Amino acid sequence: MMIGAGILKGMAVTGRNFIGSYFEKDRLTTVQYPEERDVLPENSRNFPFLVYDTNDPEAGLRCVACKICEKECPPQCIYIEKSADKKPDYMGKPQFYPATFDIDISVCMSCQICVEVCPFEAIKMDKVYELSRRERFDALLMRRTDLAKSNSYYHSIHPLEAEQVDATLAAAAAKKKPAPTPAPPASG
Amino acid sequence: MSLSTRAQHSAVEAPPGMPSRLDGELLEVSMGPQHPSTHGVFRMNVALEGEVVRRLKPVFGYLHRNHEKIGENTSYLGSMPYTDRLDYICSMSNNWGYALSVEKLAGIEVPERAEYLRVILAELTRLVNHASLLGFLLSDMGAWGTPLMYAFRERENILDLFESLSGSRMMCDYMRFGGCRCDLPPGWMERARKVVDGFPHFLDEFEQLITGNEILIARTQEVGKLSAELAISAGITGPGLRASGVNYDLRKVDGYGFYPRFKFRVPLGEHGDCYDRLMMRVLELRETLGILRQAMDDLPAGPIMNPKVKIRAFKPPVGEAYGRIEAPKGELGFYLISDGSGNPYRYRVRPPSLINLTVLEDMCLGHTVADVMVILGSIDIVMGEVDR
Repeated sequence: MMIGAGILKGMAVTGRNFIGSYFEKDRLTTVQYPEERDVLPENSRNFPFLVYDTNDPEAGLRCVACKICEKECPPQCIYIEKSADKKPDYMGKPQFYPATFDIDISVCMSCQICVEVCPFEAIKMDKVYELSRRERFDALLMRRTDLAKSNSYYHSIHPLEAEQVDATLAAAAAKKKPAPTPAPPASG
Repeated sequence: MSLSTRAQHSAVEAPPGMPSRLDGELLEVSMGPQHPSTHGVFRMNVALEGEVVRRLKPVFGYLHRNHEKIGENTSYLGSMPYTDRLDYICSMSNNWGYALSVEKLAGIEVPERAEYLRVILAELTRLVNHASLLGFLLSDMGAWGTPLMYAFRERENILDLFESLSGSRMMCDYMRFGGCRCDLPPGWMERARKVVDGFPHFLDEFEQLITGNEILIARTQEVGKLSAELAISAGITGPGLRASGVNYDLRKVDGYGFYPRFKFRVPLGEHGDCYDRLMMRVLELRETLGILRQAMDDLPAGPIMNPKVKIRAFKPPVGEAYGRIEAPKGELGFYLISDGSGNPYRYRVRPPSLINLTVLEDMCLGHTVADVMVILGSIDIVMGEVDR
């Protein structure tokens, strides 16, 4: 075989790809980022946030400061201080609440373990990714006020998962206290 | 060099008592750690005679981050996301290796569907790894961009699958002791099938692009030969070993997961040179596609997680276990000693990249500097795994 035939064959492949990319739109895999944005899949995750019910990010917080996520977090980026007093939570039951809840997102590695270990469905993964900041220290330390996001926001980013969570929470609430609810008590 | 500078150069007198030429002297060159072809921060102290390598000393540890010590100080579950960061191209198979050894340690059963999913994801990871390796290796040889972009186009499709399943493209953190974290999202399997069906087109195209290429043949054949004896005695595993003609694939030898249920062949090389190692990846990709099709056809319905496994406060019984898998780069093993507490007493990783790197000097001696890059590329290392 002629020397150089292999190279020419390779060049033909390159040429086909080059010209083909003008005619077949599905060959273009790139997205012109700041102008166009890919839709993130439902399971996409980057940093955790705290879910609150009702409209009050203070009182509606599901977190009861049990500190399980703080203990299980592999890079130890969560810092929680438990409150001294109890406040009624969104279901009216007196609970502790986090007096301080900080997540250092410069340390967080987005592993989702806090979400998995949380028994109260209080911490979930967010999808926001444009998080660049001008300062290194305080700006990347998310306080409780930055972290609290409403349940409807949770529904908007993880619709299927949030529905499941709502169903399990409603089932747990119905099972726990059928008597004090003003509505007719659920049987079983 | 122009004539005038050459004349000036030769006019420089050697100091008295010094030989005027460097006869028999070796030139020490430090390649890396910031060399674009070293696949991360890896340095080679090379002693050259002219252009020929006479001595080569690998220097690594620049990316050391206490992986094993962190593993001993965090819970068993807490080590799982760290394993993603070992070989950051193949996080799914790293997850599997670690999950396998913890399951051995604690005697955990894995549901059938989860085992099938693990096979599918590990084989998809093999596609990612081998495709990117082909691109990187061609890049090392000077085919800048084009093959790498083609390979990354395919890789991106698979990473999209990983993202929609696990939430992250590269740091998947998907497997758990006793199963997998979440079930497939709707429509995932159809998309995965489309990716797998489209992959042979990429492979054909890629083979056309490179296999007959005279430059590639000249630069890889008879370069960096590794004999079967040396490969075995140095503990080389993975495609590098099989390229030397040794039939050793843990998927066949150990038969972990559900691999004995699938029909596939183990491709073997003959010469153990860079060309064989390169082509080994192409052949393995084709076999991998076969495994993927079988696993996708047979995927059963059912639970994805063993319900008996606790997520919080997981404490395996006292004992030790070594779990190993055929990662895309070779044998990836995790050795765990448990003292019954919540974190392992000893956590040791057997990284294929590090151990395959040990024969680098033997493969490079007698070749030129330019060949060193090709040989290093054909070993397929990731520094995250070498340094840990």
